[in-house]
Amino acid sequence: MSEVLERVRKIVIDHLDADPDKVTEKASFIDDLEADSLDIVELVMAFEEEFDIEIPDDSAEHILTVGDAVNYIQDKLAA
Amino acid sequence: MFELTGKTALVTGATGGLGAEIARALHKQGAKVVLSGTRENVLADLAAELGDNAFIAAANLSDSASVDGLVAKAEEAAGSGLDILIANAGITRDGLLMRMKDEDWDTVIKVNLEAYFRLARAATKGMMKRRSGRIIGITSVVGVTGNPGQTNYAASKAGMIGFSKALAQEVGSRGITVNCIAPGFIASPMTEELNDAQRATILQRIPAGALGNGADIAAAAVYLASNEAGYVTGHTLHVNGGMAMI
Repeated sequence: MSEVLERVRKIVIDHLDADPDKVTEKASFIDDLEADSLDIVELVMAFEEEFDIEIPDDSAEHILTVGDAVNYIQDKLAA
Repeated sequence: MFELTGKTALVTGATGGLGAEIARALHKQGAKVVLSGTRENVLADLAAELGDNAFIAAANLSDSASVDGLVAKAEEAAGSGLDILIANAGITRDGLLMRMKDEDWDTVIKVNLEAYFRLARAATKGMMKRRSGRIIGITSVVGVTGNPGQTNYAASKAGMIGFSKALAQEVGSRGITVNCIAPGFIASPMTEELNDAQRATILQRIPAGALGNGADIAAAAVYLASNEAGYVTGHTLHVNGGMAMI
C-alpha cells in the first residue's frame, strides 16, 4: 500500500470517524462514508495541509473517492 | 459568565465610536483584540488605551485584496487563531434612489456587505478546524424596517442578515455561530448635530425615551461572542430601545 494512501486513509478515518475497513480506495466519501459537503471541504483542507499542496476548487470537485484523492495527490507531488 | 479570556477577536471599523466600544468591552472580558480600520493613528491611540492584548491590523475594506488578507494579518498580529469576528465597519452614501449614483450603490454594498462575505469566508476556515467560532455582523434596524434615502444602506444591512442565516446553517454543526446585532438610533457625533425638534421627533418613536449608546451594542456583542451564547445562531439581536419590535 502506498504511503500516500496510508496518510489519506488516516485523515479520512480520523475526520469522518469511519470504520477503517470501509476506507478503501474505491470508497466514495458521500455514498460509502457518509460525508456531507462540508466534510469534503474539510477533508480537502486537511489534505492540503498534510501534503503541503494546493487543491483548487475545480479539482476538488472531482475528488469523490479515497482513490481519487490519492491519485490527485500523487500527481501533484510528482509534478 | 461571558468570560472571553483566551479568545482572540477581530473588530473592523474600530476607529468608529461603536467599534471602539465593542473592542473595549471584549477586551474587558479578557479577549485579545485586533483593531482594524483605515486611520492608523486612531487605531494606535485605542491600542495604547487598552494596553496589553490589543493589536492593530489596518485594512481598507473597499479593497478586496486588503479584506481577503485581513484575517491572516489579524491572526499574525495576535499570534493566535481568530475566535471572534466582529464585522462592524460600515458606511452610508444616502440619497433618494432616483438621484443615487452607481458609485454610491457600489461602494456601500462593497464595504458593508461584500467585506462581510470576504471576512467571514476567511475566518470560517480556521474556525471549522477548531470546531468553534463566533461571527457577528453589525447590521442596522434599517435593514429590517427600511428608511427613505437609504436604499443602498438598507439593502446592504438586510443582505448581512440573510447571509448570516445561510452561513449559520452551513457551519452550525462545527460549533460556529453566526449572528447579527441591529442597533437602532445610537448617540454619535452625527446625532449630536440634530436640532431639538429633530431629536424630539426621533425620541417620540423610541419607547425607552433615549438614544442608545455604544455600550448597549457592545454588551450585545459580548453576549453573542461568549460560550454561553453557543445555542444562539442565525439570530438578529435588535438593540433599539423598542423603536422597532421585530
